[in-house]
Amino acid sequence: MLHIVNKSPFERNALKSCLAHALAGDSVLLIEDAVIGAVSGSSIVTELQQAINGNAVKIYALSPDLAARGVKAERVLEGIQVVDYAGFVDLTVANEKTQSWL
Amino acid sequence: MAKKFLYLNRKAPYGTVYALESLEVVLIAAAFEQEVSLAFLDDGVYQIAKGQNPKAAGMKNFSPTYNALGDYGITQLYVERESLVERGLTEEDLMPIVYEDENDEYAEKPSVQVISRAEMSQIMAEQDVTLSF
Amino acid sequence: MKYTIMVNEGPYQHQSSDTALQFVRAALAKGHTIFRVFFYHDGVNNGTRLAVPPKDDRMLQKEWSELAEKHGLDLVICIAAAQRRGLMDASEAKRQGLSADNIAAGFRISGLGQLIEGGIESDRTIVFGD
Repeated sequence: MLHIVNKSPFERNALKSCLAHALAGDSVLLIEDAVIGAVSGSSIVTELQQAINGNAVKIYALSPDLAARGVKAERVLEGIQVVDYAGFVDLTVANEKTQSWL
Repeated sequence: MAKKFLYLNRKAPYGTVYALESLEVVLIAAAFEQEVSLAFLDDGVYQIAKGQNPKAAGMKNFSPTYNALGDYGITQLYVERESLVERGLTEEDLMPIVYEDENDEYAEKPSVQVISRAEMSQIMAEQDVTLSF
Repeated sequence: MKYTIMVNEGPYQHQSSDTALQFVRAALAKGHTIFRVFFYHDGVNNGTRLAVPPKDDRMLQKEWSELAEKHGLDLVICIAAAQRRGLMDASEAKRQGLSADNIAAGFRISGLGQLIEGGIESDRTIVFGD
């Protein structure tokens, strides 16, 4: 399953709730303000690393939304893959279902 | 073949319109003979809280409509226990929503099932289409 | 792959309409089919032709209209949500006894059943909102 999160983890609990429900093998795509959570050194990093390493969840961040907010690719937490809109489409093809955490 | 539709409700009623307009979709969806489930988690658990009275706030109370869902054949309302506990709520704080089981001499049965977060993850994973509100 | 897209927020206030638009463009570029784009909640405001954004900004409503024309997209505005928010086509305005309509080219107003049908008919249903 592909989970789509669009909220900053510092403003809402969508990412936290998503990570608590994601199953091994699931993918989580951070878009819009959710990309704020992808920055290395942020306090949400521990939870993202736990999801990646502990629960075999793949995390992605949308590059145009990182760029819009002035976040350079090298500031993104290691283990998070950066994709563009074409990559977003590919993720929805690769995953049979999509769930948005609005 | 019928698809499994999940209506994902994570927001409290009244503060925003999502709960009300989610319910309006669910009522229409009932006519399509698909398998419909509703999930209430995070602040969404407040959508089916007992004793809602938005009159003094100047708004319409739409909570009685949840009691009518059974008449539309919608009988699977999943509520996440962890979301209740985090908010200081228990199952007693929820409306006792029931349906009449036509396969069991129209016996009244509860539509609301309080389930664990792990069970909620499984319900989410089983769906074909998830509409989020 | 056949997609139904749900857009739940109005233009400018929230990024969801922009994201949905970029997603649809990327999906079309890859040869996928967009079965329907369904606008719900404040998302119905993407379908007004009376918006006049500053000249140096994007014109979201027009971009949806142009994309619909170019690719034959089915842009559906939920009637119940539209009535609440004052989004009207000519026949609905007449039926309600209103003096004007404001729907943009390429959009049509219809019922929530169109969303459910989209979910049934499509391989993927993607929701963009707040």
